[in-house]
Amino acid sequence: MSPRDRDRAENPASIEQLLAAKEIIVFCGSGGVGKTSVAAAAALGAATRLGGKVLVLTIDPARRLASALGLEGLGNAANRVPDDALKRAGLEPRGELWAAMLDTKQSWDDLVLRHAKDEETAYRILENRLYHNLTARFVQSHDYIAMERLFELHSSGEYDLIVIDTPPTRNAIDFLEAPARMAEFFGSRLLRWLTLPYRVGGRRGTRVLNVASKPFYQIADRILGSKFLQDIAEFFMSFQTMYEGFVDRARSVERLLHDRRTTFAVVTTLEAAPLHEAEQFCVELRNRKFHLGALVMNKTLPDYLLDPAGDAAAGAFCDDAGALADALASLDEPALADRSRTARVLRTVGESFRNFAVVAKREAELRAELDRGPEVTVRIPNFEVDIGDVSGLAAIANYLYS
Amino acid sequence: MASAPTLLDRRLLFFTGKGGVGKSTMAAATAVLAAQQGRRVLLVEVDAKGDVTRLFEQAPVGFTPREIQPGILAMSMDTEASLQEYLKLNLKVPVLGRLGPLAKVLDFVATAAPGVKEILTVGKIAWEVREAIEGRADHDMVIVDAAATGHIVAQLGAPDAIQELVDVGPVRAQTQWMSELLSDPEICAVNIVTTPEEMPVAETIELVGRIRTELHTPLGAVIVNRVLPELFTTADEATFEALREEQATEILASRAGPGTTAVLDGARLAVSLRRTRAVHLAHLLDSVDLPLLYVPYLFVRSHGLRVTRMVADALGQELGL
Repeated sequence: MSPRDRDRAENPASIEQLLAAKEIIVFCGSGGVGKTSVAAAAALGAATRLGGKVLVLTIDPARRLASALGLEGLGNAANRVPDDALKRAGLEPRGELWAAMLDTKQSWDDLVLRHAKDEETAYRILENRLYHNLTARFVQSHDYIAMERLFELHSSGEYDLIVIDTPPTRNAIDFLEAPARMAEFFGSRLLRWLTLPYRVGGRRGTRVLNVASKPFYQIADRILGSKFLQDIAEFFMSFQTMYEGFVDRARSVERLLHDRRTTFAVVTTLEAAPLHEAEQFCVELRNRKFHLGALVMNKTLPDYLLDPAGDAAAGAFCDDAGALADALASLDEPALADRSRTARVLRTVGESFRNFAVVAKREAELRAELDRGPEVTVRIPNFEVDIGDVSGLAAIANYLYS
Repeated sequence: MASAPTLLDRRLLFFTGKGGVGKSTMAAATAVLAAQQGRRVLLVEVDAKGDVTRLFEQAPVGFTPREIQPGILAMSMDTEASLQEYLKLNLKVPVLGRLGPLAKVLDFVATAAPGVKEILTVGKIAWEVREAIEGRADHDMVIVDAAATGHIVAQLGAPDAIQELVDVGPVRAQTQWMSELLSDPEICAVNIVTTPEEMPVAETIELVGRIRTELHTPLGAVIVNRVLPELFTTADEATFEALREEQATEILASRAGPGTTAVLDGARLAVSLRRTRAVHLAHLLDSVDLPLLYVPYLFVRSHGLRVTRMVADALGQELGL
C-alpha cells in the first residue's frame, strides 16, 4: 500500500471509500433526525454500488419503511429485499440487500436459551417476573441487545456489510457502554454479595440469621420488603449459572465495536438540540477510541435559499408587488387578472423566501463549523415528501454516496 | 378545546413526545406562561441533558432547584440524590455513612430491579407536588420535561408496577399516594408534544392508546409544534401556479432580477412541505380526541430565551390567555 493509498483508507473522501474498508457501520444520533431512513439508504446504496451481501438492522422503522423493506411481522428474521423492488425504483442491484428488525424480547430469550446450562434453568429464567420486566421495560436492555444482535449477525459471517440503526436512548452514548456495563454487572462482586444470604440459605423461604446484622439488608428489607429481595436473588442466582458465557459474550461485543472493521456515523439535523447532542457524541466516540467515520447532516434546506440574487428578488416581490402585478396583468392569464390578488401572492412568496432564508443561513453557519472534522461529511436535503419507499431511499443514497 | 384553558390550573404537568419534537421547549414555554400568570413553577428536567436551562440561557442546574427566571425554579433529576433524600426524609436511616458508595449500590439495585430509577424520579416529582399542595414548598406547581414516548409509560407506571412487585413495607405505602396523585385529573395531566411528521404522529397516537390502557394518569393536550404556515388559499394557489409559467416568470425576472426562480422555488418548497405535513396532521386529528394546540414553525436565527418567549406567546394564544 502506497502512503497515498493508506492516507485514503484512513481519511476516506466519501462514504463509498469508507464502507469499502468496513464490515459494520453504526448510525447514531438523537431522536427525530432521520437515522432509520439514512441507515436504510446507506445499505441500499452499498448493495447497488459496492455489491456483496448487505444487511440493514433497523430498530423501530416507520410502518411504510418497514413494509417497503418487507419487514412487517417478521420478528427477528432477516428478509431479502427482492431485486424487483430495486429495479422498480430504477436501480441495478450489484449485491443483495437484506433487512432485519430488532425484536428485543425474542433476542433476550435466544440469549438465555443459548447460555443457560440446561433447559430447566433456561425456563426458570424465562418465567421469572424480574426477567420479564428487565427485558420488556428496561431501556438499557434494548441498548445491549441491539449490540448483541449485531455481534450475532456479524459472527454468522453471512454478510459483507452490516448497517445498524441504533435504538432511541436517553443519551446517545448509552448503548456504547451497554456491553461493558452488562459484563461488569454480571461479574460484579456486589451481585454475589447481595445474593449471598439467599444462596447460603438455599431456596425460597429460608433465611440466614446473620442477615439482620448487615445494614444493607436491613435497609433493603425496610424499603423493598424481603419478598422482593428474594425474587431478585432468585433471578440472579439463575442468571449467574450463565455468567461465564454471558460475560465472554459481552466482552466480544465490546471488542467488535472497537474493531477496525467497525465505523460509526453520526446523523444530525441542523437544529440546536440534535446538533448539540451530535457534537457531544462525536467527542465521546473519539474519547472512547471508536472509529468515527462519517457525519451526516440530514434534512438541510437547499442552497438556493442563500443566493443573494434570491434575496434581492424577494425584496422586489415584497416592495414592488403592485408594479409587478400590473406588469403580469398584461398576460392573457385569468389567474393573474386580479391585480390585488397577484400582488398579495407575490408578497407572500417574497416573505416566505425571506423566512426560509433566515433558517438556511443559520444552517450554513452551523454546517461550516461541523465541516472541520476528519470524517466524511455528507449533506442530505429536506425532501419535500416523506421517505417511505425504495425510490425515496435511493434519493437519500444519491446524496450519501455523492 | 374546552379543557385546554384549565391546563395551567393543574399542579403537575408532564411534557412528553418523540425525541426531537421540542418537548423541552414546550415545558419551558408553559413555565413562562404559568409564571406570567403569577404562579411559581418548579421546572424539572428528567433527562439531565441541560436542554431546559439552555432554553433560558442559564448555566446548568443540579438537584437543588435554582430560580432561573422570576417565578421559575429549575432542577435536574438525579436518582441517586433522590434516593438519599428519600432515605433521609422517610426512613430516618442512621447508617447512610456505612452504606459505602451509594451510587454503586443504587446502580446495582436499579439495574437488578427495573422500576427503581423510575420510582425515584416519579417519587421526587410527586413529593414536590404534595409539598406544593400542602403549602410547604417554594413553588405552587410542577412542570416536567419528561422522558420520551418510549420511556414515559414505564416512568409514570412505576408506582403501580412497584405495588405489583412489593407486597408490604414502606415502599408500598409510599407508592399508594403517588398513584393516587398521578391519577387525579384535577391535579395532573400528561401532555404530548408532536410535530406534523410521520413518526412523531404515529408515536403520539400509540402513546395516547398506551396511556389510556396501561395507566390511570389523565391526558391533557396534544401540542403540535413546528406547524408551517398555509401560504395560499385555493384561489391564491392558482395565481401562484400561474407565476411559475414561463412567460410570467420572464416578466418577473426582468424586473426582480435573476433571483426570481430561487424565490419561486422557495415558495414551492414551503407549499409542498406544508402539504406533506397536512396529511399527518389530518391523521392525528382523526385518531386522537384530545385538545390540539398548534405552535407555528419559527423562522429564527438562533434558539434561546427570545425563542422560548415566542413559543410561550404562541402557546398562550392557543390557550386563550
